[in-house]
Amino acid sequence: MVVTLFLLASLTFVLMNVIPGSPLQSEKATSEQVKKNLEAYYGLDKPMFERYITYMDNLIHGDLGVSMKKKFQTVERMISSAFPYSLRLGLVSVVTSVVGGVVLGTLAALYHRRFLDHFAMIIAVIGLAVPSLIMGPLLQYIFSVKLGWFSVAGLKSPLDYVLPTIALSASSIAVIARLIRSTMVEVMNGDFIKTAKAKGLAGHMIVWRHALRNSMLPVVTYLGFMIANVITGSVVVEQIFAIPGLGKFFVSSIIDRDYPLIMGTTIFYAAILLVGRFIADIAYVLVDPRIRLKGGKAGA
Amino acid sequence: MMRDDNPFAPLRKDSTAGEKITRKSLTAWQDIWYRLKDNKLAMFGLWVIVAVVLLAIFIPLVSPFSHDTNELANKNAAPSWTHWFGTDNLGRDMLVRTMTGAQISLFVGVMAAIIDFFIGIIYGAIMGYFGGKVDEVMNRISEILYAVPNLLVTILLLVVMEPSLTTIIVAMSITGWINMAWIVRGQMISLKNQEYALASQVLGAGHMRILFRHLIPNAMGPIIVTVTLSVPSAIFTEAFLSFLGLGVQSPKASWGTMISDSIGAMTLFPWRLFFPALFLSLTMFAFNVLGDGLRDAFDPKLKK
Repeated sequence: MVVTLFLLASLTFVLMNVIPGSPLQSEKATSEQVKKNLEAYYGLDKPMFERYITYMDNLIHGDLGVSMKKKFQTVERMISSAFPYSLRLGLVSVVTSVVGGVVLGTLAALYHRRFLDHFAMIIAVIGLAVPSLIMGPLLQYIFSVKLGWFSVAGLKSPLDYVLPTIALSASSIAVIARLIRSTMVEVMNGDFIKTAKAKGLAGHMIVWRHALRNSMLPVVTYLGFMIANVITGSVVVEQIFAIPGLGKFFVSSIIDRDYPLIMGTTIFYAAILLVGRFIADIAYVLVDPRIRLKGGKAGA
Repeated sequence: MMRDDNPFAPLRKDSTAGEKITRKSLTAWQDIWYRLKDNKLAMFGLWVIVAVVLLAIFIPLVSPFSHDTNELANKNAAPSWTHWFGTDNLGRDMLVRTMTGAQISLFVGVMAAIIDFFIGIIYGAIMGYFGGKVDEVMNRISEILYAVPNLLVTILLLVVMEPSLTTIIVAMSITGWINMAWIVRGQMISLKNQEYALASQVLGAGHMRILFRHLIPNAMGPIIVTVTLSVPSAIFTEAFLSFLGLGVQSPKASWGTMISDSIGAMTLFPWRLFFPALFLSLTMFAFNVLGDGLRDAFDPKLKK
C-alpha cells in the first residue's frame, strides 16, 4: 500500500515537472526580479531532483505544500476544509448503494422471472447505462427546477443529500443488485436452503440467515471498485450540485494547473482508495469464514 | 374394417434411421449466434448500436448544416422542423453535432477497446501460458499498475499532455488493458492443460502456434464479452474527461463535451442537454445488454 502510494506520488511529481511551462507563467506580465522571487518562494529555481527530495520529505511529514493560485492557502488546509463534505456524501452513498442494491437484488432473486424481477433488473440496467454525469443534471432538472421538491444546489439540510446520493449511487446499486440476484438464484437452489426449509425455518429467516450471507461475497469483492466509483462520481456530482467538497477543488485545480493542489488531491484520493480496498479485503475475510489470513490451525 | 392409413400401424424397423443426422450440424459460432438471436434484449442492443453507427455516419453527410457553422441569429433555438434537435449557444445545429459527437465518442470507445484487446491478449497470454517466474513477475507488475487508481493516472497524463483524440485514447489505454490481461491469463491457465494443447505439443507445434492457433481462439468467448463491455466504459471515461475540460477540444465535440457545455444552461435550454444525454445513455445501455447477452450466449451454463 505504502509502495503504491510512493510510486504514485513520484509519478505525479515527475509528470507535473517534466512539462515545459510553470503555473507562474500565466500570471500577468511580471518583471524579471518578481518572477525570480516567486520562483524562489515556491522553490522552482532549484533542480528537479532536489525539489523531488524536498517534496517527498514534506509529504512524509504530512506537508503537501502551498497552493500556487489561491494565495497563502496550504493544500492540507484546503483538503481538510473540503473533505468532510465529500466524506459525508461518500459514506451516505456507499450505504445507500449497498442497502439499495441488496434489497433490489434480493427481491429480484426471490421473485425470479416474475414481474418484480424484471422490474428490478430494468432499474438496474438504467442505473448502469445512465452515468452520474447525466443522472445528476436530470434529477436536478426534474426534482429541483420543475417540481421544486429539493433545493437546486448546496448541502445544507439533510434533504439536500437526496439527489446527489441518488446520482452517485445509481450505478453501484445496479451492479450490486445484479451480483446479488445471480448468486442468490444459485444459492437458493442449494441443499442447505432445502434443509432450512425442511426444518421449518420461516421464509424471511432463510433469506436473512442463509441466502443473503452466502450471496454477499461478490458484493464485498466489489466494495473496492465501488469506492473508486463513488470517488470519481463525486468529482462530477459535486460540480453539478455545487457542493464545496474535494471533487470541486480537484476540478478547479486541474483547470488552473495548480500543481501542488493537483498533486495533493491526487495523492489524497489514492490514499483513500487504497484504504478503501484494504477495508474491503478485511471485510471479505469477515464475511467468508473459509478464508483465513493466518495459515496453520484453521479449525473452522 | 381396416383403413389403409391406420395412424397406429407400427413403422418398419430401420436400424440406420436412428443414426441419420437430420439437422445440419452447427459450428460453434452459428450456435452462439442462434442463442444470441433468442435473447431479445441483446438483439435490441445490437440494433441500437447499428442504428447509432449508421446515423452517426449518414446524418452529417445528408444534413444541410455542418457541425461547426454558427448561425448567431438563431442561437439556442428550440427543436423545430429545420433544426430537429434545436441549436446550441452558437447557433450550431444540434442534430449534426450530436451525430458528429457520436462519431467521436464511438471512435474513442472502440479504439480504446481495440488497444486493450491487443495488449491484454498478448500480455495475458504470456503470463498465463508460460506461468512460473514469468507469470509471477508480470502479474506483480500488473498488480502494481492496477493498484494505482486508473482514472487519476489518466487525468494526470491529460493534464500534462496536449489534449487531443490520440492522447485521450493513449491515456485511457495505459491502465485499461489490465482487466483484459487478467481474463486472458485465467483462460490460458485453465486451457493450457487441456488435451488438445498437449496433443498439439506432442505433434511438435511451437509455443506461438499453440497459443495463437489453439488457446486464444478457444478463449475468444470471454475476450469478446470483455471487449464489448469495455466500449461503454471507455465512452463513459471520455465523457467524464470532457466534463473536466480534458476531453476533445472545440470545435469538435463529443457527447461528454456537449453535456458539460449544456449543464449550465439546462433550465433555459433543456434540449441542449437532452439529446446528447439520450444518445450517450442509449449507447451505453445497448453495449451493456449486448455484452450480457454475449456472455449468456458463449456460456449457456451460466444462463438461469
